[in-house]
Amino acid sequence: MAAYIIRRVFAAVLLLLVVSAVTFAIFYLLPRAAGQSIQSMAAQYVGKSPDPDVIKAVIKNLGLDQPIYEQYWHFIKGLVAGANYSFGPDPAHCSAPCFGYSFKTHTAVWPQIQQRAPITFSLAIGAAVIWLITGISTGILSALKRGSIWDRLAMGISLMGVSLPMFFTGLALLALFSFNWLHIWNVHYVSFVDNPAQWAWNLILPWVSLAFLYSALYARLTRAGMLETMGEDYIRTARAKGLVERKVIVKHGLRSALTPLITIFGMDFALLLGGAVITESVFSFQGLGAYAIQGVTDNDLPIVMGVTLLTAFFIVVCNLLVDLVYAAIDPRVRLS
Amino acid sequence: MSDDTHKDAATKDASAAAKDTAAKDSAGKGAAGKAEGAREFLSVRDLRIHFDTDDGLVKSVDGVSFDLKAGQTLGIVGESGSGKSVTSLGIMGLHTSDRARISGEIWLDGEELIGADKQRVRELRGQKMAMIFQDPLSALHPYYTVGAQIVEAYRVHNKADKKTARKRAVEMLDRVGIPEPARRFNDFPHQFSGGMRQRAMIAMALVNNPQLLIADEPTTALDVTVQAQILDLIRDLQKEFGSAVVMITHDLGVVAEIADRLLVMYAGRCIERGTSEQVFEHPQHPYTWGLLGSMPRIDREQTDRLVPVKGAPPSLINVPSGCAFHPRCPYADVPPDNVTRTERPELRETTGGHFSACHMTREQREKIWTEEIAPKL
Amino acid sequence: MSEPTKQATNAGPAAGAAGTEPEPLLRVTDLAKHFPITKGILKRRVGAVQAVDGLSFDVRPGETLGVVGESGCGKSTMGRLVTRLLEPTGGKVEFEGRDITHLSAGRMRPMRRDVQMIFQDPFGSLNPRHTVGGIVATPFRLQGVTPDGGVKKEVQRLLELVGLNPEHYNRYPHEFSGGQRQRIGIARALALKPKLVVADEPVSALDVSIQAQVVNLLDDLQDELGLTYVIIAHDLSVIRHVSDRIAVMYLGKIVELADRDALYSSPMHPYTKALLSAVPVPDPKRRGAKSERILLKGDVPSPISPPSGCRFHTRCWKATDVCATKEPPLLEIAPGHRTACHHPENAPDQQPQDTEKVLVTPGKPAPVPAQKKGGDEGTQEQKPAK
Repeated sequence: MAAYIIRRVFAAVLLLLVVSAVTFAIFYLLPRAAGQSIQSMAAQYVGKSPDPDVIKAVIKNLGLDQPIYEQYWHFIKGLVAGANYSFGPDPAHCSAPCFGYSFKTHTAVWPQIQQRAPITFSLAIGAAVIWLITGISTGILSALKRGSIWDRLAMGISLMGVSLPMFFTGLALLALFSFNWLHIWNVHYVSFVDNPAQWAWNLILPWVSLAFLYSALYARLTRAGMLETMGEDYIRTARAKGLVERKVIVKHGLRSALTPLITIFGMDFALLLGGAVITESVFSFQGLGAYAIQGVTDNDLPIVMGVTLLTAFFIVVCNLLVDLVYAAIDPRVRLS
Repeated sequence: MSDDTHKDAATKDASAAAKDTAAKDSAGKGAAGKAEGAREFLSVRDLRIHFDTDDGLVKSVDGVSFDLKAGQTLGIVGESGSGKSVTSLGIMGLHTSDRARISGEIWLDGEELIGADKQRVRELRGQKMAMIFQDPLSALHPYYTVGAQIVEAYRVHNKADKKTARKRAVEMLDRVGIPEPARRFNDFPHQFSGGMRQRAMIAMALVNNPQLLIADEPTTALDVTVQAQILDLIRDLQKEFGSAVVMITHDLGVVAEIADRLLVMYAGRCIERGTSEQVFEHPQHPYTWGLLGSMPRIDREQTDRLVPVKGAPPSLINVPSGCAFHPRCPYADVPPDNVTRTERPELRETTGGHFSACHMTREQREKIWTEEIAPKL
Repeated sequence: MSEPTKQATNAGPAAGAAGTEPEPLLRVTDLAKHFPITKGILKRRVGAVQAVDGLSFDVRPGETLGVVGESGCGKSTMGRLVTRLLEPTGGKVEFEGRDITHLSAGRMRPMRRDVQMIFQDPFGSLNPRHTVGGIVATPFRLQGVTPDGGVKKEVQRLLELVGLNPEHYNRYPHEFSGGQRQRIGIARALALKPKLVVADEPVSALDVSIQAQVVNLLDDLQDELGLTYVIIAHDLSVIRHVSDRIAVMYLGKIVELADRDALYSSPMHPYTKALLSAVPVPDPKRRGAKSERILLKGDVPSPISPPSGCRFHTRCWKATDVCATKEPPLLEIAPGHRTACHHPENAPDQQPQDTEKVLVTPGKPAPVPAQKKGGDEGTQEQKPAK
């Protein structure tokens, strides 16, 4: 098992390097391959009437004139050891891990990420807890009472959850409970450290709207997995032993039925950690998703790249965790 | 076996009837040398198991009756869809779907199971009656060790602490011939070979000393040399514990090896029943002839051609009228008045304890068997 | 299968001996297939599954060669090698004198007309979205052949040939029963009038009554079309019924190769003997007649690290020292009867000087490369007689 973990961690680090290289290539190599000169790339970062000298300075600062592998090396070095950018009058230090420096906002990317991450994490974690509890329990009950009124109702609602777009649910909730009808919530983010109760209270609407979609999805997946598992031969064996049905379901059925969900949850959760783009914009939260949107609309490459890399990091880490959990659950994985 | 036609199958006190007829039934030669006339341990009367499906009512089992004494082995033979597995799951009370419609009577050691309290049937499962399945890899839970699964089976029915249960499980693993049982206790099913897995399944089924063991194609997924080992093991264990065994299989060779009595099923019905000797040496039903003629025999002179049954087994939604076998039967026109197509033949006794459901007269069948069938086998 | 064939094949001694021997249709020499086992991220090769290891045999025109063995003996791999669905690791496959061992897919294509395969699973090997007519016509399309009278007419002729209603041309596989689907597979295999048909467990997925129909069909087709069969199966009764000659495989090797009657009446290799004795016989009088049965103990060892010497020695009651050290060659011990054993049954001992029995007590690891969690392989004893 230890060897397995070490091997997996090593593979994850390698994978991250590859991801960073590919991301880097997409953002810095592709524009040039598409015919953009380094001058025009640099020109984006200065005012409307670009002074050739300033452009030259930007090129030098960004290292655009250097060969691509040098640029990538600088980028990696920045990630590990930090980097210095001297731009105009005020030289800026971007301490490790330096995800780059936004010349449009004149801020380093990492502190911004640090500042915004708690908002996104709060959203993701809370919603995940809600959707896991509601989705899975609904799915199990539906599977066990297959064909009943309860099952049909639950699957009907979940079909709605899967089909309704996030922004609709979010806006509808806001309209109902915040703006128009019941003025219960004035949704804005409050730090958990400052006021935990207020934090939770204010997050209820975003959580619910985000969790609705995922609960619906997970309820359907759980139901399908449960139905499949309960038809397995080993369930019949468990019954043939004379086990009470509750034990057959919980001990023999659930564990197998829920295992495939772990993979899906790992991916869903990792993606959310990288920014719940729509939820954040519906509720005007300044999280990572909003930051990514800002980077995209402003064509601010360092920001986009920073968020992309971070998301990739979460995905790789979550995948690793998923695999480890798998190995812990399924002995067949451990040995092969 | 009793002279149960469907009419007296409805007899209320079937166990009493079984007791009564068992005394008459002197053909019962228990493998374990049980005293003749011993009480029937398992009596099935007119068992019907139907399923509501979207395509219509599937009559998987449609009126099956048989008796089995302790120490005896009953072989249930049939092709896929004949209802043999559905019957066995019905005895175990394992048809949990609410689409299953079960009627008839199942008496286990004097206790009626159909309509009995579900809780009571659950208590009997695994304790008084146990079952082993065709594919031991899928029948064992992949996430739990073999040992843990046996321990679980033991502790369902015994108030034992983990240590005692573990000791018992290791003992059982040892008994079924698994080397280094204490070490293999901690292995997962996928670490066992196919034969070892089936041994582990048997250990699990027998951990509570059940008096009835139902084996559903226990060797079909195994190689022939392993099959020989497993059949040998089942025979030894039966001798040791004196339990009744129901062996379900499509392989006539396997039943001949192990069964005292035979029940041949076709399209959910029993079409022939008797001792192994009776059924193999004087088969009375054209379908049984067909089965024997279809099988290449390793113990006989090489035959040039097999004598197959024409056509394919019927769909259980549209079971042919009259005798379900008539579309495939070469002798369907022997009985007069189209009776094979209009009337369902009842099980009738030909010789002591030998029943078959065929419209032909005994003389007609005797003639066909000796003149046409036997010489070709 | 047919009597005349039998006589023809019984007449001459084993391959290549006499001049009267017809040129074999298929000749396999030292055929091997090792599947590499890799480990780690770098896919380091840590070993190989020796699925097939040094097979040599001939298939004569018009005969049926039966190949029998238990799971993992490599019989299916062998079938896929001679039809070149798999690339051999070593050895040589010659078809009509032509070396086809390493022919590229393109150069193999014309060859595919002559060599066809029938698979076990009549459900999995037919594309559910194609009509039966389309499935049977596939070989014409792939080979760019237009048969006389058109594809449709030929397909209907083929359907009739295998006993299906030619009117069912436009139906889909799911509308047919298992036995009928296997017939469709056979019709497809016969479309291009092959010379050699390799059938991998053609009847094992079918019910007994259907099995007999398909066996008879294969038999008739052989008579009618002069086909040569290699039939791979685990069922010894079926193999005996269909074959002229039979090869018995164990752990990737042929341990015995003989005419059908010789093999069943006087098996030479102990494994063959054990295998034959294990077949359940539908005769209740023999019930409990254990004395005749040789119960092999334990399981087949792993083909990753097969036992040294004779691969069967770990489970053989006749094994002596030489069996653990020296691999017995497949020798023709009686006319037309070849076996790879130092101490054959029904034949003179090949290593009479070596009498030290290798007997291993249960539970103790055998003097073989023991695989992990080895269980009790390596132990063997004959069931106490009578």
